[in-house]
Amino acid sequence: MLLTLTTTRAPADDLGFLLHKHPGKVQRFDQAFGTAHVFYPEAGPDRCTAALLLDVDPVRLVRTRGKNSPDFSLGQYVNDRPYAASSLLASAMAAVFRTAMRGRCDARSELAATPIPLEITLPALPSRGGPRQAERFFGPLGWRVDAAPVPLDEAFPAWGDSRHVTLTLTGTARLADALNQLYVLLPALDESKHYWLAPDEVDKLLRAGEGWLAAHPERAAITRRYLPGRHALVRAALGRLADADQAPEEALSQPEIEEHADEPAVPLAERRAQAVLEALRAEGARSVLDLGCGQGRLLTRLARDGAFPEVRGADVSYRAVEIARRRTRDDAAVREVFQGALTYADARFEGHDAAVLMEVVEHIDPPRLEAVERVVFGAARPRVVVVTTPNAEHNVRYEGLAPGALRHPDHRFEWTRAQFRAWADRVCAAHGYQVRHLPVGDDDPEVGAPTQLGVFTR
Amino acid sequence: MSRTLKIPARGLIVLVGVSGAGKSHFARRHFLPSQIISSDHCRALVSDDENDQSATGEAFALLHHIVGVRLRRGLLTVVDATNVQPRSREELLALAKEHHVLAAAIVLDVPEEVAAARNKARPDRDLGDHVLPRQRRELRRGMRSLQREFRRVHVLNGVAEIDAATLELERPWNDRTELTGPFDVIGDVHGCRAELVDLLGDLGYTVEHDERGRAVGAHHPAGRTAVFVGDLVDRGPDSPGVLRLVMGMAAAGDALCVSGNHEAKLVRALRGRKVRVAHGLAESLEQFAAETEEFRTAALAFMDGLISHYVLDGGRLVVAHAGLKEEYHGRASGRVRSFALYGDTTGETDEYGLPVRYPWARDYRGEATVVYGHTPVPDAEWINNTICLDTGVVFGGRLTALRYPERQLVARPARQVWYEPARPLAAAPDARDVDDLKIEDVLGAGGVETRLMGRVTVREENALAALEVMSRFAVDPRWLVYLPPTMAPAATSALPGFLEHPAEALAAYRDAGLARVVCEEKHMGSRAVTVVCRDAATAEQAFGVRDGSTGAVYTRTGRAFFRDPGQTAAVLARVRDAIGAAGLWDELETGWLVLDGELMPWSAKAMDLIRTQYAATGAAARAALPVAADALARAAARGLDVGELRAHIDRRAANAALFRDAYARYCWDVDGLDGLRLAPFQVLAGRNRNWAALRDHDWHLEIAGRLADADASGLIRRTASVTADLGSPEGEKNVTRWWEELTAAGGEGMVVKPLGPLPEDRKVQPGLKVRGREYLRIIYGPDYTEPANLDRLRGRSLGRKRSLAMREHALGAEALERLAGGEPLWRRHQAVFAVLALESEPVDPRL
Repeated sequence: MLLTLTTTRAPADDLGFLLHKHPGKVQRFDQAFGTAHVFYPEAGPDRCTAALLLDVDPVRLVRTRGKNSPDFSLGQYVNDRPYAASSLLASAMAAVFRTAMRGRCDARSELAATPIPLEITLPALPSRGGPRQAERFFGPLGWRVDAAPVPLDEAFPAWGDSRHVTLTLTGTARLADALNQLYVLLPALDESKHYWLAPDEVDKLLRAGEGWLAAHPERAAITRRYLPGRHALVRAALGRLADADQAPEEALSQPEIEEHADEPAVPLAERRAQAVLEALRAEGARSVLDLGCGQGRLLTRLARDGAFPEVRGADVSYRAVEIARRRTRDDAAVREVFQGALTYADARFEGHDAAVLMEVVEHIDPPRLEAVERVVFGAARPRVVVVTTPNAEHNVRYEGLAPGALRHPDHRFEWTRAQFRAWADRVCAAHGYQVRHLPVGDDDPEVGAPTQLGVFTR
Repeated sequence: MSRTLKIPARGLIVLVGVSGAGKSHFARRHFLPSQIISSDHCRALVSDDENDQSATGEAFALLHHIVGVRLRRGLLTVVDATNVQPRSREELLALAKEHHVLAAAIVLDVPEEVAAARNKARPDRDLGDHVLPRQRRELRRGMRSLQREFRRVHVLNGVAEIDAATLELERPWNDRTELTGPFDVIGDVHGCRAELVDLLGDLGYTVEHDERGRAVGAHHPAGRTAVFVGDLVDRGPDSPGVLRLVMGMAAAGDALCVSGNHEAKLVRALRGRKVRVAHGLAESLEQFAAETEEFRTAALAFMDGLISHYVLDGGRLVVAHAGLKEEYHGRASGRVRSFALYGDTTGETDEYGLPVRYPWARDYRGEATVVYGHTPVPDAEWINNTICLDTGVVFGGRLTALRYPERQLVARPARQVWYEPARPLAAAPDARDVDDLKIEDVLGAGGVETRLMGRVTVREENALAALEVMSRFAVDPRWLVYLPPTMAPAATSALPGFLEHPAEALAAYRDAGLARVVCEEKHMGSRAVTVVCRDAATAEQAFGVRDGSTGAVYTRTGRAFFRDPGQTAAVLARVRDAIGAAGLWDELETGWLVLDGELMPWSAKAMDLIRTQYAATGAAARAALPVAADALARAAARGLDVGELRAHIDRRAANAALFRDAYARYCWDVDGLDGLRLAPFQVLAGRNRNWAALRDHDWHLEIAGRLADADASGLIRRTASVTADLGSPEGEKNVTRWWEELTAAGGEGMVVKPLGPLPEDRKVQPGLKVRGREYLRIIYGPDYTEPANLDRLRGRSLGRKRSLAMREHALGAEALERLAGGEPLWRRHQAVFAVLALESEPVDPRL
């Protein structure tokens, strides 16, 4: 809500000319979500400070958005927008200092083209990634960055810091450059926008980034964060559910992180896919159902392998199914990708030579496993079932993974080799299958391979 | 001369006759317009011209489709087309066969000149001279095959006979829907006469004996009817004795009996057909040889006359020897009979060489209760509204009866092992799979029938969202017996400074004609449903859970409250102890209870949300507002006129501080169970009882209070409440004062619920919440109390929220009815799933 700009270049109150705002006035500008005020707490020849105060109207902020806005959830009603230096402030800045941002100043044209000493303060800047992210974005532009984290609540020190920082930038720059950098980097640090992304948003980014963005070492991250993705309808519905349960929406959509970075030349995910394809080929499967297909990475591999003329995928996530459909729409072998859950018997699961459960079982709560076994091995009953799952024993080989920790926040368990075998034997006995086990990845003599794979046949 | 034609009441009637024979006229005279599917009409539907012969192919495709749909749905269907060629009737007969209905043909035969004259009189119909003679030739030629094709063929000769004919609808033999019982359905007897006599005695029947002391009948003084599921004979010591008794009962109207496979085989054997003498048939033949010829003849006639299944009690009860899938109920065909007598097999055999039975009951989703026998099981168990009563009395098990509609089991143990079983008695293969849910139980169902408000619609996109949440995060569906419905706030208050106030809630119920309400303290924590069983054995018996867990504690969306099962178990242990100490297991005659309540602190569950949203907002305000105020102060010190802005920013800073206090009040540290508080406010259900529907809220609060008193661990908290008489102004004042004190002390607010009988002529909200002024800062933001903001917020619209609250309430009540009624898992799950789906509908989350 507040931005102050201070210069000490004498005569400092020339800042008024550069900003096209008179130091002796208090001016107000109506904005879509409130009122912007420009005034000068200080205006001497040695030091002059301009303040942009955006008084956000919280009710209008809510009202302006239709019910189909991207994040229709409680978060839209109680949030930091009225206080934080967000995209709202960036918009206000662009409106109020439009001429200054273009670098035009007829009264002091030379000054406008000259780098001047500047101090910029933002008392509450939301920064995903904290002070370090602010340093990474502003540092390479020549600013001395002082970013102090804001604690969440002094009465609850255990809660730690909020994602806000109190930011002070000190340096020498053309005022127009400084304003343009703020215009791009405030929303990029915040990683959220108050308005729908329009196609001209890319043009705006390029215009404001002229002269500095292209050379910025973090340009990729800045661009990505400046243009956050859109949400789909079902995602909005999921958001409302998260809301109802008072859980943050992120919990619903954790991306599957890959195992750790110190990987051999061929990533584990790739070796896992190869091992699954090999097992399916060895069993002579022609029609394959990928249960828990996610966004369809294995589906495209199956479809393009040539050995599997009939491929289907199922996933419980509507969003994943949509992405998988899009990704496989040109693969003739992929007959269908549909939403289904492994705990519900489903006629669509039937009639395949083989089913694949690649990195799926560990996402199922142990008390629900038996239902999944009945649905897959009891009801669908393909001739071949390929199951892969992490080998918990191998976790000690991952640096940075705390002892006893799981590889992904949504994993409900990770099995040792003995546990996986015991489970496999029980499934075989109950449903009339045999199983053989294969390691995937480098087979460590002590703790085994990172992934275990079981081929169930009947 | 007038003729009466018998036709199957739910069958296919095919009218046969040349053009102009008067088929349409005949059909209109005897049937409803919706029952008549005419080829002319179908032709018009697909071409706008009922004489457009080029549309004939598609017209008949449509006709066959409609006929198929109607027959599947069990509707009497009349086909009005010439149908003179056997080929044209083939498809219709195939449809009748596919849907297991009887088909009858009515041939209208009129002199050619009559038909020709009628056709001439219709200017739109230009048949050509050759058509009529050809049709007549085809009709003549096809007459003989007609008799083979149809169960009944009626030929009406001449206009007079056609005009004079009347029709009589014949119900299928299995249709005894007019009998409403009450019934005692009795499982496979297999010649165990002594046990049958004992059981009838247990059931309250007076058994009659003949002069030789043989049981020859039994009558229930209250007029109950026994229904035998078949397999009266074979293996056991006295098959003729059993038959004598059952035949006597049947003749006197005291019993019904369907045929078992053993009766069918015995009939063939007694008739001298070649059958393999096995499975206890030898014993029967020997016993029958000792009987008189007269008895043998009577018994043969009785058994031969048994039909394969009965549909009773308005369609709510179906009895068949081996069970019957829904699409076969009330139908008649060889396949239906075979299924009813022998069941279906998967084609595989088990380790004893016996056929593996197809688990039809596992897939059963019908409304009717199906009672059957045929496959011996150790215990009669409900599987999806079906139950097998063959508990193997002849193998030394028990003879079991089901009292209907009471759904009570009565059993008599065998006096001895009369026959060694070929394989040990095992639970029916389906019994363990009862808990299987099918995707079509929740997707594509379109909604759920509820007792309170009929069908509640569930839209597909909401069901899909619910599917993801349900299968990824929710607890085991066997524990997930209920999800709390959402609740609407009272109408918006007009009082200065308030968005919600008790006056509107009380007025709403007063206007609905209620006399009393109860106002309950609304705890600020997280909603928690607690399912708790007395022990693991109860958990298995009542919920089918076999992993040793004894209950669950879950959130509004069905997530386990605690990640650690150990913590869940510890909370359950405390609740269980409190229930025991309060004496509620015995008092409520149950081994399990479902409690609705609130778990505190808020921070125990909502910490992530508090951190990312509420505390973050407070932190940003604390960081920004003082700096802004300071900048304004310096500007003012320079002599600038900052006007209202300074006071405005100061007010926002004050509001932000109040906001911070509002959420911080509901946060405290929890270590294990220490600091955790559970405040139950409703006993939802226990064994056989939907307490939520049976008792008023003051009863629930009293029980909750007793739980708090009985809880030695300090976990359970009381829910404060006052009742108010809506007729007295004192009552309203009292409630308002109570609410003001409650919210001034930091309380979230209160919930107002009706007491006493609800008005029958209109629907009232099951509860209305009235939230406190400070609490609402968490919901509407720090500055909502600013007069300008409040005025705008007063325009909030409550309609959707109210509608959602009513619909979710109906689903919640339905889930509890289904739970207490012992309905199958898929039925219970449907109602619970629907609540979750509705929760994903877009409704202002601040309400």
